[in-house]
Amino acid sequence: MSTSQVILPWLICITAACLVVGLVWGFFFTQDDFRQGSTVKIIYLHVPSALMAINAWLMMLVASLIWLIRRHHVSALAAKAAAPIGLVMTLIALFTGAIWGKPIWNTYWAPDPRLMSFMFLLFCYVGYIALWEAVDDVDAAADMTSILCLVGSVFALLSRYAFIFWDRGLHQEASLSLDKETNIANEFYYPLLICMAGFVLLFITLVLVRTRTEIRSRRIRALMARERMA
Amino acid sequence: MMPDLGKYAADVLLAYAVSIILILGFVVFCWLQSRMAVKRLKDMEDRREHRG
Repeated sequence: MSTSQVILPWLICITAACLVVGLVWGFFFTQDDFRQGSTVKIIYLHVPSALMAINAWLMMLVASLIWLIRRHHVSALAAKAAAPIGLVMTLIALFTGAIWGKPIWNTYWAPDPRLMSFMFLLFCYVGYIALWEAVDDVDAAADMTSILCLVGSVFALLSRYAFIFWDRGLHQEASLSLDKETNIANEFYYPLLICMAGFVLLFITLVLVRTRTEIRSRRIRALMARERMA
Repeated sequence: MMPDLGKYAADVLLAYAVSIILILGFVVFCWLQSRMAVKRLKDMEDRREHRG
C-alpha cells in the first residue's frame, strides 16, 4: 500500500498528460483520411480501448492463475478490481466501433468474427462481476471467478486473432503491430501511440486505486465481523 | 480552432462525447468509492481505539 501511495500521484499526472496530449493531437491536429474522412479520428479512442479491453482480461487471467496456484489474496482482489475497468473499455470499443462502422460499412453491427467475440467478451466481463457480487464467501468467489476467467480467456484471445482463424469479415486487420513492416501513416501513428500509452497508464492507475479500495473494504468487513462477535 | 469534420461531424463528436463521459464518470466513481472506503476504515479503527 505504501509503494502505491508514493507512485500514484506521479502515475495520475503522466496518465492525464498522455491522454490529453494524445487525444488533442489526434482530434485537432491531424488531417482526415482520404477514404474515411474525419471518421479516422475515432481511431484514437477505438484502438486503445479495444487493446485495453483484451489486455485487462489477460491481466485478470494472470492474477487468477496466481490466486489458484499460490492463494495470494491481493492477486484475487486485483483481478476483481480490474474487471469493471475492462468492462468500460469493452463498452467504449464496441460503441466507437459501431459509430465508425456505420459510415464505412453502412451498418452499425455485423456478425463478424471479431465483433462477435468482442460481444462475448463483454458478456464475460458482466458475468465475472456478477459472480463476485453473488457469492458471499470471498475465497469461494475468488475460486469461481478464476475458473470463469480461464474460460473467458478464449474470447479475449479470439477477439484479437479471430480474423486469422476464420474469414476476415468486415473488420480490417490490426492498424499497427510489432511484426508488421508498415503501419498506418506517421501522422496518425504518433498520436495513436500516445493515446495507447495513456490508456495503458489509465488502466494501471485505476487498478491500483481500485485494489487499494478492495483491500480496505476487506479490512472493514473483517473489523465488522470482529465487532459482531465481541 | 475546431477542425472541419465534414459530413461525419455528428458521428465523430458522438463517439468522443460518449467515450469521455464514460471514462470520466468511471474515474469519478472509483475516486468516490476509494474516499468512502478510507473514511469508513478510519472511523472503524478510531472506534476500536477508543474502546481500547
